Amino acid sequence: MVERLEHEVEGGSVAADGEAVRARLIEILAEVAGTARAPIDLSGEPAVLLMVGVNGTGKTTTIGKIAWHLSKEFGLSVVLGAADTYRAAAAEQLAEWADRAGAELVRSAEGGDPGAVAFDAIAAARARGADVVIVDTAGRLHTQSNLMDELAKVRRVIAKQMPGAPHETLLSIDATTGQNGLRQAKIFAEAAEVDGVVLTKLDGTAKGGIVLAIAAELEIPVKLIGTGEQLEDLRPFDPTDFANALLAE
Amino acid sequence: MFDQLSDRLQATLSEVRSRGKLSEADVDGAMREIRLALLEADVNFKVVKSFTATLKERCLGADVLNSLDPGQQVVKIVNEELTGLMGGTGRELAFASSGPTVILMAGLQGSGKTTACAKLARHLRESGKKNVALAACDVYRPAAVDQLVTVGRRAGAHVYEKGTDADPVEIAGWALDRAREENRDVLIVDTAGRLHIDQDLMEELSKIRKRVKPHDVLLVVDAMTGQDAVGVAESFAEAAEFDGVVMTKLDGDARGGAALSVKAVTGKPILFASTGEKLEAFDRFHPDRMASRILGMGDVLSLIEKAEQQIDEKQALDLEQKMKSNNFTLEDFLQQLKQVRKMGPLSGLLGMLPGMGAMKQLKNADVDERELDRVEAIILSMTPEERANPGLIKGSRRKRIANGSGTKIQQVNQLVKQFDQMRKMMRHMASGKMPDPQQLAQITGAAPRPKIRRR
Repeated sequence: MVERLEHEVEGGSVAADGEAVRARLIEILAEVAGTARAPIDLSGEPAVLLMVGVNGTGKTTTIGKIAWHLSKEFGLSVVLGAADTYRAAAAEQLAEWADRAGAELVRSAEGGDPGAVAFDAIAAARARGADVVIVDTAGRLHTQSNLMDELAKVRRVIAKQMPGAPHETLLSIDATTGQNGLRQAKIFAEAAEVDGVVLTKLDGTAKGGIVLAIAAELEIPVKLIGTGEQLEDLRPFDPTDFANALLAE
Repeated sequence: MFDQLSDRLQATLSEVRSRGKLSEADVDGAMREIRLALLEADVNFKVVKSFTATLKERCLGADVLNSLDPGQQVVKIVNEELTGLMGGTGRELAFASSGPTVILMAGLQGSGKTTACAKLARHLRESGKKNVALAACDVYRPAAVDQLVTVGRRAGAHVYEKGTDADPVEIAGWALDRAREENRDVLIVDTAGRLHIDQDLMEELSKIRKRVKPHDVLLVVDAMTGQDAVGVAESFAEAAEFDGVVMTKLDGDARGGAALSVKAVTGKPILFASTGEKLEAFDRFHPDRMASRILGMGDVLSLIEKAEQQIDEKQALDLEQKMKSNNFTLEDFLQQLKQVRKMGPLSGLLGMLPGMGAMKQLKNADVDERELDRVEAIILSMTPEERANPGLIKGSRRKRIANGSGTKIQQVNQLVKQFDQMRKMMRHMASGKMPDPQQLAQITGAAPRPKIRRR
């Protein structure tokens, strides 16, 4: 990006003054950030969203927020699948969010099979004519190949049950994550065909610049941003706002 | 963790070591490479600048350049400085002289505090502090209290909680009173994740601190945090005056810069390292050992410690006897395998061996833990007689074992054959001879070298 800017200034298409250069840089950043931009696919009946990511990145909270937005703003009925069967009290955590968002919860006992929960959630949604199913998964490090295999398996179970599903696989990336974010995205994409990123915890001081690399190198766009721990703290990603924030003091 | 930094530093240092004499230009060159390596490892740029400046000053000293082996001197200096960067020789937790020791855990959302609380509880119980309790002061995150109760129980610790309707400062104070009444050795206080820029929550943390007067305040930091780690640490240092850091998710492949920057910027050492999701994946952090590992000098001390934890001396002596008298059975092999596996994932153990940096192929070979799972499963599907005498295993027994372990008959055959080879080799070695390369190859499955016919 810097090379491109240098080139433009040298070539004369951008004036060689601070203001102009800064403005052009923001445009370039926004352009890269907006690579492969696409909306979230809600066309399925029901639409199936799969949430994946490393431990502690905000998957469960984000699901709560998405469910709330879908039901409050679009009047859609949502079913949540608690397929994190590993973490202590994970289902209880999602249950609380389901309550707050007015969504239904499908869960199993702790230690159960994540694929089975996903299956049950989709089946329940079909039975009730619900509009959207969001499946939560356990946090996992991309370096744990057995867990990445498990994720691929959950995906296969969903696809077998409903061809075309999951319609949207979202990877949560913590804005405080450094260069490792690119690695995470690459490996999760290999295991689960990620469609988009949710960039979380942007209310902190970290700016999440790594998503530029994720968009440019892997062509995976950021679709949503998380800006806090409350239901309302979710916004669609705006490349220009993001570029401005990157350069802000 | 630290793989990339490790590779680059080792390459630079091996270059330096290979030269006889070092000129100033040589040192400059090495410093430049080290600076780049650290920056790419997400180390804070301010930290990198001051680190390389100190390094350079020391390395350009006359005692280094004029010494007999300047390359080795440089390596020694880098090791010392890297160790210092992460915390010197490591501070201990401070314990109370009377009454419960209070440890307060703080950090950003998702850093791994609650899991770390349970792990620390287990760690302390293992090292003798039998009576450990936890206080559930995260009343914001849905089901946080439930989570702590569950993992706390697993760690063998009592959990003091008042649900989510009470005030965190009140809960902390009440928990401390109860801990005193019930003569607990340690009280670990879990708190809600909070942004260092959230004034209200940082004030709450300050109030909790004043209320329970902790002997140790630990900042929990996610190892994959980038440049932001320094700002977070500085803010928490100001508001909560933490004593040390718990670094979590070190089993990832993050470059590790946060770990290297935090102590440099706040002066507080990393006290503990969390290396996996299981409760046992938690150790005291030894900066000197970590520096050693990064520089390819291995971490033999940790390896020995882990081995000592698993191996019972009497069992070891018995085993030696069995191997010598050719009574080593598949049952014994299974026990050995289990013990080694309890030491942690093999890829982690490999990293502790000195010189592993140079053996790149071995390091990157994905040690297939699944293969070991299969071997265990096969042996477990055998009857005790079969384990004692694998010669029995033919025909229908083979099929039964294969079915019982979910493996193929060929895999069962292979295990029995390899075990047989291994026993032959042990007999061979027990009689004082060196192992035959041919036999070794057959056991490890490496391509056998052609037999040389001697005339």
